[in-house]
Amino acid sequence: MDSSASSTPTVTERDQWMVEHQVFQMYDFFVGLPPKAQSAMLELQRENHMKYLIKGLKRLEPSFSVLDANRPWLCYWILHAITLLGECVEPELEDNVVEFLSRCQDPNGGYGGGPGQMPHLATTYAAVNALITVGGERSLSSINRENVYMFLRRMKDPSGPFRMHDAGEIDVRACYTAISVASVLNILDNELVQNVGDYILSCQTYEGGIAGEPGAEAHGGYTFCGFATMILINEVNRLDLAGLLDWVAFRQGRECGFQGRTNKLVDSCYSFWQGGVFALLQRFHSILDEQLALPHSGEGDCTNDSQKTGLNASCPVNLNSIGYNFIKQPAETASLFNSLALQQYILLCAQDIAGGMRDKPGKGRDYYHTCYSLSGLSGCQYSSAKDEDSPPLPSEVMGPYSNLLERIHPIFNVVLEKYYEAHEFFAMS
Amino acid sequence: MDSDEGNAQRVPLSQRPDWSDVTPLPQDDGPNPVVPIAYKEEFIETMDYFRAVYQADERSPRALWLTAEAIHLNAGNYTVWHFRRLILGALDGDLHDELGFIENIAKSNSKNYQIWHHRRWVAEKLGTDATSKELEFTKKILTVDAKNYHAWSHRQWVLQALGGWDDELDYCWQLLEEDVFNNSAWNQRYFVITMSPLLGGLEAMRESEVSYSVEAIVSHPENESSWRYLRGLYKGDIESWVNDSRVSSACLKVLRAAKNNCIFALSTLLDLLCHGLQPSQELRDVVDGLNTSGTNQPDPDLGKTVCSILECVDLMRANYWRWRKSKLPAQAI
Repeated sequence: MDSSASSTPTVTERDQWMVEHQVFQMYDFFVGLPPKAQSAMLELQRENHMKYLIKGLKRLEPSFSVLDANRPWLCYWILHAITLLGECVEPELEDNVVEFLSRCQDPNGGYGGGPGQMPHLATTYAAVNALITVGGERSLSSINRENVYMFLRRMKDPSGPFRMHDAGEIDVRACYTAISVASVLNILDNELVQNVGDYILSCQTYEGGIAGEPGAEAHGGYTFCGFATMILINEVNRLDLAGLLDWVAFRQGRECGFQGRTNKLVDSCYSFWQGGVFALLQRFHSILDEQLALPHSGEGDCTNDSQKTGLNASCPVNLNSIGYNFIKQPAETASLFNSLALQQYILLCAQDIAGGMRDKPGKGRDYYHTCYSLSGLSGCQYSSAKDEDSPPLPSEVMGPYSNLLERIHPIFNVVLEKYYEAHEFFAMS
Repeated sequence: MDSDEGNAQRVPLSQRPDWSDVTPLPQDDGPNPVVPIAYKEEFIETMDYFRAVYQADERSPRALWLTAEAIHLNAGNYTVWHFRRLILGALDGDLHDELGFIENIAKSNSKNYQIWHHRRWVAEKLGTDATSKELEFTKKILTVDAKNYHAWSHRQWVLQALGGWDDELDYCWQLLEEDVFNNSAWNQRYFVITMSPLLGGLEAMRESEVSYSVEAIVSHPENESSWRYLRGLYKGDIESWVNDSRVSSACLKVLRAAKNNCIFALSTLLDLLCHGLQPSQELRDVVDGLNTSGTNQPDPDLGKTVCSILECVDLMRANYWRWRKSKLPAQAI
């Protein structure tokens, strides 16, 4: 028995070869260019990206009707991308955002996909993150926190996880969006947190990654959501972190970008969902070490405490401080993925020269991929930075240093500066 | 009440006598909305009438029809789907017809959360009457895209809630015959052997499953799915994984063939060593043979050697292998 190339390729093999062919064509072309031309290709097309983003904020074509129940997402994807680029939006437009999102806010709490729509956890997450990204008193005070809390309580299923909307689906995304919003608004409590960890744990698969529901396949989006949630509820030590790391490390392929699942295709959005997991892992090396040191470590429900991180399961912890303490803690500077390779994929393959970013060559640009490619790019640039006060070295930034984006908070995916402002604001309320 | 296919022929709702009593409710976007969508006329009108019946909580046949219209225009509007369920409940609507409706929408929207959630709701109400239909439906979707995440989730839910496990292991086998790289099929296989009430559970199935995965490994060593599956068979019992000679001999076999696909074999060997495997001389020899990093003396710590090799042959993960090397158990093996 041998792995002979003469047998007909399977669908997976064929799809993979086609993408590799396209991607390597771009890389081969790039490598053949003189240095100046190479520099130009690696440049982040800031101006064009801004044009594309601002245009979307102001008007969307009829084909966007299929996103009519996702308009807070459009706000977040666009505003977050703009903020990552270090740009801002005219005050009048900012006011319009706040005004519009207020109309998406349900009188009984939470935000829907548009005015008059039922509140939904994903659009609530998007709206809150968008308002935090706008920042300022008007924006932040427009969120009715008491009502959001009531909405979250209603969405909580008695068994532990959350439903996306009234009588909606339960999955790991719902857990993340609910807990993330609660944490960032300073309304997280034991009622919301109860049994969430059990559910997420049941979603970690035999592969090491995390699935959307128990039994489903390990997937990048859900892995990020599950891991980030466990951090926020202070139950990281229950996950098999070594297994998770091994799975996510293998999600970066020859194309240099990340795939969402084993044997599937590279996609620029996973630059954040998968790439972002490494930023989270950087602050849990002590738990990783503990799990690796024991002979049968990493199996099942580990309840080892982590004294060093201060994120200690056995000590009473202020749930609402976790997000803040997380980012204030120093990180291990060794990044365990290939940051420059990922940056190369984002800059050379995901960028649309005319503005915006796409999944992969051959696909069209969209705001979702623009947001998550840039978020992933930021993650890469800051992956070796020890703390906030040390900016990345030029050697850590692919292309001209002017490609440097703003730093994000890796749990919430909002620009760090904006997170701090929100944290201070909601701590006082 | 007809379902309009051609826009050109569509009679606006405002001109239909059976809607004359309803005042359409415009969207409250405000004077300066952001991310405003340039909706087509038909969309605006349909949604204005939907808002009206939704606000009035009118659970009538015409409202049901209107939700179908709205769904055709935007299958992602979860509010419309939710209201549709309320109407179906109130009217005690024919849920078998509903399955047909969903299948129709799914043709162009197979990756939409709302459709699948709605399908689950209908199937749950129909109970075991729906079992074979649901298995058939998901199979259809998977024939077009064998990795559709929603389809697999739904299929798993059907099996657990409604049953129908009889042919599932065989279905996995078929899919893997067609495409041994289909990780979703491997995942489903794991699901079946651990959860099926017709089989004995993971431990009982382990023997045959190890044989199956080792065969897959040897014929396609570059297939990550089978290696992870093999490891997964020993979840919760790492010691047995380390002690199962078939695992280390699969590594040996692949490494001996010395083709360009030894990364998973090396990675697996590394994990085995970290968990206490006492490597045979043959394993040592074949690894040392692969070590082209220039040292004359083979390192007594085989784990270190394996990491060094991986740093060279799996460049993308060089940082990871370097870190793994730094975390090797203290004892030299």
